[in-house]
Amino acid sequence: MQVIGIIVSLMAGGLLAMALGPKSAQASRLAALAGLAVATILFFPLLMLAISETGSGTGAGAVWLSQISIEWIPRFGIRLLFAVDGIAVILIGLTLLLGYISLLSAWSEITKRCGFFYFCLLFTLAGVVGVFSALDLFLFFVFWEVMLIPMFLIITVWGHENRYYAALKFFIYTQASSLLMLLSMLVLVHMHWQQSGTISFSWFDLLETDTSGRLGFWLMLGFFVAFVVKLPGIPVHNWLPDAHTQAPTPGSILLAGILLKTGAYGLLRFIFPLFPEAALEFTPIAMTLGVISVLYAAKLAFAQNDIKRLIAYASISHMGFVTLGIFAWNAISLQGTLVQIVAHGLSSAGLFAIAGLIQQRTHTRALDELGGLWPQVPRLSALMMFFAIAALGLPGLGNFVGEFMILLGTFQTSPIAAVVAALGMVLAPVYALIIMQKAFFGTPSADAKSTSVDLVPHEIFMLAILVVGLIILGFWPGLLTNLSEPGMLDLMRNGLPAGQGG
Amino acid sequence: MDLIQLLALMPLLIVGGVSIVLMLLIAFVRNHALTCFVTCIGLLAAMLTSINTIGDGIIQVTPLLVMDDFTRVFCALMIGISLAASWMAYTYMEASDEIREEYYILLALAALGGCVLIASNHFASMFIGIELLSVSLFAMVGYMVHGGKSSDITLEGGVKYMIMSGVSSSFLLFGVALIYAYAGILTIDFLAAPAGATLSQGYLIVGTSMLIIGLAFKLSWVPFHMWTPDVYQGAPAPVTGFLASGAKIAVFAFLIRFLIASGPDRIDLLLAGLTIMAVLSMLLGNLMALLQSNLKRLLAYSSVAHMGYMMVALIAAIKTGNISEDVAAEAIGVYMVAYALMTLLAFAVLSRLAALNSEYETGNIEMYGGLLYRHPWMATCMFVAFLGLIGMPLTAGFIGKYYLMLAGVDQQLWTLLWVLVAGSALGLYYYLKVILVMCKESQDDAPAELETPVASGFSGVLISGLCLMVLYVGIYPTPVIDWIQLALASL
Repeated sequence: MQVIGIIVSLMAGGLLAMALGPKSAQASRLAALAGLAVATILFFPLLMLAISETGSGTGAGAVWLSQISIEWIPRFGIRLLFAVDGIAVILIGLTLLLGYISLLSAWSEITKRCGFFYFCLLFTLAGVVGVFSALDLFLFFVFWEVMLIPMFLIITVWGHENRYYAALKFFIYTQASSLLMLLSMLVLVHMHWQQSGTISFSWFDLLETDTSGRLGFWLMLGFFVAFVVKLPGIPVHNWLPDAHTQAPTPGSILLAGILLKTGAYGLLRFIFPLFPEAALEFTPIAMTLGVISVLYAAKLAFAQNDIKRLIAYASISHMGFVTLGIFAWNAISLQGTLVQIVAHGLSSAGLFAIAGLIQQRTHTRALDELGGLWPQVPRLSALMMFFAIAALGLPGLGNFVGEFMILLGTFQTSPIAAVVAALGMVLAPVYALIIMQKAFFGTPSADAKSTSVDLVPHEIFMLAILVVGLIILGFWPGLLTNLSEPGMLDLMRNGLPAGQGG
Repeated sequence: MDLIQLLALMPLLIVGGVSIVLMLLIAFVRNHALTCFVTCIGLLAAMLTSINTIGDGIIQVTPLLVMDDFTRVFCALMIGISLAASWMAYTYMEASDEIREEYYILLALAALGGCVLIASNHFASMFIGIELLSVSLFAMVGYMVHGGKSSDITLEGGVKYMIMSGVSSSFLLFGVALIYAYAGILTIDFLAAPAGATLSQGYLIVGTSMLIIGLAFKLSWVPFHMWTPDVYQGAPAPVTGFLASGAKIAVFAFLIRFLIASGPDRIDLLLAGLTIMAVLSMLLGNLMALLQSNLKRLLAYSSVAHMGYMMVALIAAIKTGNISEDVAAEAIGVYMVAYALMTLLAFAVLSRLAALNSEYETGNIEMYGGLLYRHPWMATCMFVAFLGLIGMPLTAGFIGKYYLMLAGVDQQLWTLLWVLVAGSALGLYYYLKVILVMCKESQDDAPAELETPVASGFSGVLISGLCLMVLYVGIYPTPVIDWIQLALASL
């Protein structure tokens, strides 16, 4: 029930912001903030419930914290089925947190058509919350698509110089791949109908479907493509650098922080549980793709001149670890995946926010036009250093925990993949530190138009939240993994092929 | 003909009556507002009568027409489309310097033709219906021939439509003649009749094929689609809206009835032909639309593609055979409703904008740059229409596409499904291109077009209504599904 409340209050906040927009920009900001605040208040009972159910290592807690099912289209047994487990609680929490971050970064950056912007922002958030909580496949698909449009508009209307191209590419990649998912979904439902005689789109019902045949493999592939495009993984990553680069800062934060995570979530929730045999068969290929993503994207990141592009490729590299972790499919790698998702959400949001701040101050994102920023903007530079180090996986910060757990888990199933992917942790410092070296150290370049304004309080506040989050995650990942444990163990059991489940 | 039959025929009689009343009215009083009002009220009454009699059972009125729930539901849809077409025409006509009132007579006649076609279960009434529809449409397509710069395009469109209709009619008639030669009877369920069948089955195959080719012209299936872009471009926007939705729905409805009644599953050749046409329509329609820089031509090719999508369900329906309980025929019905709503919405916005500035009418896509900032509400409605045509969830288009895929999956038409997915993916590009253009900020802040408040309010209600309907069907499709199921149950 709370989930519907969260979605509705986000949407209501968005509509209110749009209505107030033409009159006063400030009012629309506050309306958006209010919508987000109400959503957060509604989220707290869920969080409390999740905390009270933590298994603290035994995995004994209740899996589903909140579940609601309302009839929607009876002709096809489609229901408004929302169910939340620990995993979803964590991801919804991340969504709301990054909602605040992008709202704060929009505060000073977005000056025109404010109302419309906050409308798009909040509707994207609402769509993402829906994706994380809908367990009727039809409903999931609706949210999956619906979050696309506001994001598309954010890039189109408020983006940078090449925004139309980027927006088009973003939309076509995601939408075309999700058509495959829709087709697979319908075939899956049809299969379930033939096996059981009832038409249902519910995830719980579809778990029962026997998808071990050849057709099951193709269906799994349909889902896999849609999720990997969103993730994104090589070879379908092409839209991401453009979309990230052209999106306004709050848009980049949303994209990197949470939209990519819907792909990861999809892989986690649907691939193994629905198609255990096919997924197992596909594991070597998926792991290879994951390893390639880790290494190749890291190399590409190093070659970029545009800061945002660099961070975008770094994201692809980090998401390669997620693919690895999911396809290793054991408790430690899955928990590591979740930590990685959250840590990457926080660190990439920080990196993009700072890239945006740099662009605001110097009017460029090109590394070769920047240089010697540290003496001019020391606070900004120090924070950039922090996020860069977090991204390269320094122990003590969240990303390290995530990557370490993933590699540990992967080593159990596929030592070779783990060993090769570990090289990614060597490449990460290369691209992370190149930003620092080129932009912040050295002599200021001749044509730098720096205005030398360091961070203002609300920007520090925004980044401080992320810093604290990353440190907590680095030192106390158990906070997160305890929450997700019952859900994750249940998911893992569902994802094991018949006969191996226990 | 007794009273019961006469009452059953009431919706058609009212529509026919409207055209006569209008003719008399114009003879005495030439008043645009009054004419439009009478048309709208008349059509509304006909639509409500049609809806009201749903569930009255199957009544055969003369050997020519059958009034069953199928007829009633689709007649209501057809008349509703005509109502929208006359509603959106008011503002449009008001802004033009053409003689206005006769348009409504033609529209009412076209609506009558459509209804007759939907209700026909006899080849004679089929031909009457299709000709009544087409002949009215020639005049409607060329209606604006005196006005303005684009008169030669209009003339070209009108003449092209006339010639193509002539060609399609000759195919139809020859097909009907061959079927008659084979079966010795002119009702569409000719195979059920014990008579005849002395000739070889070749007559039947060729006859049915020619009949379908004749209808394919009307539905602009590739390779019989050549007229579509020129006619769409040349016709006045409200007429294009009617042509794209109403005319196609009536023909499709007849096709369903014909294919079910004649049980063509015995003819594999026909199925192969339909499959080829479906693949070609989906691919070529989308590919050609990619190349267009004119909104009206773009919508023309997109309608070719959408007709191709509907063929997937049509082929599935033919393959299953058991129509009334099957998802495939339902899919066609739901898709027709969704497609009609979305197309009407797009053209309603187009006509409304054309009334503000005739440059919009040319369809030149540059004109729509920055529409979102000049006419936010119009642009939003256009977004909804285009997102629907893309097949975005929460719009009617998604429900339609969902149904089509389900029908295809049910019959395992993998090739067609792949083409459907590929075609939809191609389609994304050109629909989004239009949306992007509307989001672009124009270089010079063009002054907003002057609005005539009363008229724009009038068409604004229609546009908002259609927009809400597209969303409503997308969010809660159950009522539409129920209706279509009811209609199909009576076949």
